[in-house]
Amino acid sequence: VSVLALIRLEHILVVVALILGGVGGFWLAKSRHGRKAPAEPEAVHHILLPFTGTEISRRAVDAALRLSRAEGATLMPAYLAEVPKSLPLDCPIPKEAGRAMAMLEAIEQRAAAKGVPVDARIERGRTYRHALARLLSEEDFDRVVVSAGATGTQGLSGDDLVWLLERAPAEVMILRPGPEDHRVVVPAHQTNGNGVVA
Amino acid sequence: VPPATFDQESESTAVEAPRRGHYKIFLGMAAGVGKTYRMLQEGHAEADAGRDVVIGYLEPHERAETSAQASGLEELPRRMVEIRGGATVSEMDLPGLLRRAPELALIDELAHTNPPGLEHDKRYEDIAAVLAAGIDVFSTVNVQHLESLNDQVAELTGVRVRETVPDKVLGGADEVVLIDLTPEALILRLREGKIYPTQNIDAALNNFFKIENLAALREVSLRQVAEEVESKRLVFAEAESVGTRDAERVSDDAAKAVGERLLALVRPQASSQRLVRRAWRSAQRLGTDLDLLWVKPPGAPIDGECERQVTALRRLASVLGATFLIEEHDDVVVGAARVARERGSTYIMVGESPPARGLARLREPLPQRLMRATPPGVDVRIVANRGQRDEEGAP
Repeated sequence: VSVLALIRLEHILVVVALILGGVGGFWLAKSRHGRKAPAEPEAVHHILLPFTGTEISRRAVDAALRLSRAEGATLMPAYLAEVPKSLPLDCPIPKEAGRAMAMLEAIEQRAAAKGVPVDARIERGRTYRHALARLLSEEDFDRVVVSAGATGTQGLSGDDLVWLLERAPAEVMILRPGPEDHRVVVPAHQTNGNGVVA
Repeated sequence: VPPATFDQESESTAVEAPRRGHYKIFLGMAAGVGKTYRMLQEGHAEADAGRDVVIGYLEPHERAETSAQASGLEELPRRMVEIRGGATVSEMDLPGLLRRAPELALIDELAHTNPPGLEHDKRYEDIAAVLAAGIDVFSTVNVQHLESLNDQVAELTGVRVRETVPDKVLGGADEVVLIDLTPEALILRLREGKIYPTQNIDAALNNFFKIENLAALREVSLRQVAEEVESKRLVFAEAESVGTRDAERVSDDAAKAVGERLLALVRPQASSQRLVRRAWRSAQRLGTDLDLLWVKPPGAPIDGECERQVTALRRLASVLGATFLIEEHDDVVVGAARVARERGSTYIMVGESPPARGLARLREPLPQRLMRATPPGVDVRIVANRGQRDEEGAP
């Protein structure tokens, strides 16, 4: 009797082990499948924030960030770089890139604090407008945020903004100059490290 | 009697040819940096050391310092050559130089084009004949005359020179000496009238002699000489690698260790841009080249968002002067190690991996696997995730 009981107990243990193994395997497969999902969400919405120079209006950055956050969009800060006519348009521009990197780093830092994903660009052109035109033709975005104030938009004239309104295949949001425009986002090495000058 | 070997035969039948002369080129970024002056200085040093030195051709450009430096050295008389229209020009007397057969000949302006009717079209061909006669030659040239750089220099400066020299002329020299001068110092020399006559100074300043032109030319010259040094070192290393002694191998390794090269492992994701930025800054600090590598799973399509990000990475690499590479492999570590070996990378930068889950916890982390798979001496650096750092440091 005791031998029979042991055999039954062994069968029960095998069955239990099989069930546990099956459940474990299913859970593992599910977790692996979940892990293999794209690490980043499919970028459907992009908000373009073109700028030039070594500072950008904090109001413009914050407005773009607020919009991006509200719409679950990715912010696309784009540094517009002028390439002299004596150089090929597609040549490396290390000096400009250095400025752009510092600015993009500062914007990304601010965006990270607000939980907004960033997909930055550096676009070359013979003029700022040319760079902007190349950007419009190469990238997809749903909105453009640009500040009409002097700060951070030294390169974009009133004519450029009108041109942008006519040509941009997306909604353009031009921020009128405001009293807070002395507050700018600059590279971290010009500040106490947080990339913002108040 | 053993059969004659090829070496024995050639040794017994060969007629001893004159050894080729030693060729030294003084390379400059522009007129007035002091190439001819330095050539004459070294000519004097050789003459003082007891060698037979002759100036084969000197173009003093009415520069007092250059003319003064030439005094004391024997100068070969020039020959007068009649050109179209009945005019005559003075040219180097190649037959006269070969007859004089000094130990060392100083021949200025190797890019010069000879008038029709002479032995060769170009002066560098005259120099080749002098070298073939066993005479050592010192010569001079400006970087914009090099054939491969002609277009680049024309784009940089807006000035195209017509007299070009094949790059192999520079490559064939035994020594290339770069005569370097800062653009500011060169412009000062120009203003002081040491390069052109007073009436030509303003025109030169308004055209070719601009700081940006000279800075670009200086960079081109420095790169050219660096590449020459590198190519000669590689040839030397190849020659040494057959039957070398251990000490020679060590010195070769030491030379290789001087150059740094950075490899950043990226993925077609927006978050990789931060890694690229970090890598580029490090490359700038080290003064080295940067490669961006995506190890792509075999057969994985590049479309949609992936294509967009690949294009963005390619453009960013172009802006930065970096090289974007795609290597197909199902194992990131093996693919990256192979590229690191091929490109001679000394640093590999990787982004922070997400926390491992499930069985992946048992797997060795990527940086450790990379350390084991790459050649010894390759450093692996992890770039922290921006989001996490900001959360910790946020006020």
